[in-house]
Amino acid sequence: MIEVKDLHMHFGGIHAVDGVSLSFEGGRITGLIGPNGAGKTTLFNVIAGLHQPTSGQVLLDGADITGLKPHELFAKGMLRTFQIAQEFSTLTVRENLMMVPANQSGERLLDTWIRPAQVAREEEQVRAKADEVIEFLEISQVADELAGNLSGGQKKLLELGRTMMVDAKIVFLDEVGAGVNRTLLNTLGDAILRLQKERGYTFCMIEHDMDFISRLCDPVIVMAEGAVLTQGSIDEVKANELVIEAYLGTGLKNKPEAVS
Amino acid sequence: MDGALNSFLLLSNFVLVPGMAYGSQLAIGALGVTLVYGILRFSNFAHGDTMAFGTMAVILVTWLLQAWGVSISPLPTALLALPFGILATIVLLLLTDRWVYRFFRREKAAPVVFLIASVGVMFVMNGVVRFIIGPNDQRFADGERFIIKAREFKRLTGMNEGVAFKTSQGLTIVTAVIVVAALFWFLNRTRAGKSMRAYSDNEDLALLSGINPERVVMITWILAAALATIAGTLYGLDKSFKPFTYFQLLLPIFASAIVGGLGNPLGAIAGGFIIAFSEVTVTYAYKKFLAYNLPPDWAPDSLMQLLSTDYKFAVSFVILVLVLLIRPTGIFRGKAI
Ligand SMILES: Nc1ncnc2c1ncn2[C@@H]1O[C@H](COP(=O)(O)OP(=O)(O)O)[C@@H](O)[C@H]1O
Ligand SMILES: [Mg+2]
Repeated sequence: MIEVKDLHMHFGGIHAVDGVSLSFEGGRITGLIGPNGAGKTTLFNVIAGLHQPTSGQVLLDGADITGLKPHELFAKGMLRTFQIAQEFSTLTVRENLMMVPANQSGERLLDTWIRPAQVAREEEQVRAKADEVIEFLEISQVADELAGNLSGGQKKLLELGRTMMVDAKIVFLDEVGAGVNRTLLNTLGDAILRLQKERGYTFCMIEHDMDFISRLCDPVIVMAEGAVLTQGSIDEVKANELVIEAYLGTGLKNKPEAVS
Repeated sequence: MDGALNSFLLLSNFVLVPGMAYGSQLAIGALGVTLVYGILRFSNFAHGDTMAFGTMAVILVTWLLQAWGVSISPLPTALLALPFGILATIVLLLLTDRWVYRFFRREKAAPVVFLIASVGVMFVMNGVVRFIIGPNDQRFADGERFIIKAREFKRLTGMNEGVAFKTSQGLTIVTAVIVVAALFWFLNRTRAGKSMRAYSDNEDLALLSGINPERVVMITWILAAALATIAGTLYGLDKSFKPFTYFQLLLPIFASAIVGGLGNPLGAIAGGFIIAFSEVTVTYAYKKFLAYNLPPDWAPDSLMQLLSTDYKFAVSFVILVLVLLIRPTGIFRGKAI
């Protein structure tokens, strides 16, 4: 479980996150919605260690993890994906996945000479793991394709795959659905649900697609202007006057459904 | 017909063979520059003087071996000394990184700051080399000088023109093939190599995936040291060793790396040969060649040389400027600079 306590993140005069307290329950898929500029990505960045918060605390299962570096959080099983999918474009999909587990002896030049057997054994394990992930996500047809050549949606699947390589406990997804076609979005949704049900993953996702959220997320947290507006099930949230107002206030059309 | 064949042999002797050898030397040099650029993201101006340092170390060990009477004739003794030279250069570069570049990395300095730091490093290395071995020409090639001499070639084939093939040229080409094959195997097949490529490709994601940047940087310097020493030694065996010449080599080497696309190893190799052949063909005197191919009374009196060899570096410079104007990312689309 992740707990955020009175978190502030200011950029000069901009209070991007302005006193947020909330918690993401273990084993659930929590949705984070809100109009553009609400501070959702910034909140993610602070939790994932990309920004040092101005003040406040982030706790993981009760332990203070505020301000830890991304790779330290990574070691604790916490991972984030990016609003714009990231990949090693000149490596293949399989190689991208195999890059994930940290601290393999093959990365040390000396070990490749003095301990070739151990290096080969680790390499074999990682390859087997990658193959399993590829099968789980049903992307075997592009496994040996350069990641740079994938479509936007496939890259998002690859991001999900990356989290599976280390059996992440908690995964933060920033707009997984953005720019992904319906079919792939369903595949993506299926994969997320299966990871939650079969492997006990905890997800927190920023998302704008209401159908996608309705299908996956419970509870849903709504942010506006750097603060939490309300939270509850998707139906409760949709019926909430404050939420409708917040979306109206941004000049967008009058319902969360209409927000892209 | 004989004229055509003779003129081909003539070109082989003065353009093809020297161009191949020089191209290989530039390619190995440019690979070092391009790797450092791909990983550390700055143009390392000290690379020419790193080559000089490495070659100097090889020469010193060669002299020692020669004094001990160790020899692998017909191959040059320098080949035996090469691993020791590489080792010395690795130590030098790792110390330089610890004393200079690491500080700027921690400061997250802009690439131009690194570049200027590397100019400083260049002057220091330059001073060290001149202090130890002096500014003069040093010859250290021993063993058999030729694989085949022009005279022998003529005798064997009965042609007018002979093609000479120096041991150093043969050695350069063979070494280049081995070095390039080994480097690409390393980058494409080993995990350490892949983590280097991953780091060069997407630094943020690499950090997030727990790739240790300091280790990647260390491996890069080790490779750069090996490449610089090999390139420098091959050049020295082929021509001669003079510290100032190695400083001058910086221009064609950078031109090669940039023409091919900075940060792209394949580009560095292609660039090396493009620059080498441009230089050799522009500075070659075509008088004899034309004499073979034109009617006798048309034969030119002048040397028919487009550019005196004194100005050969201008060739790299012109190509460099043209590439930067027309296609700054180079042929193989390296990182734009
Ligand atoms: N690095 C930054 N520097 C300055 N302002 C920022 C930075 N990151 C985000 N902001 C500002 O913080 C606010 C919230 O942005 P963001 O978290 O991206 O919103 P959301 O993801 O909810 O659309 C915006 O006004 C944005 O301009
Ligand atoms: Mg956002």
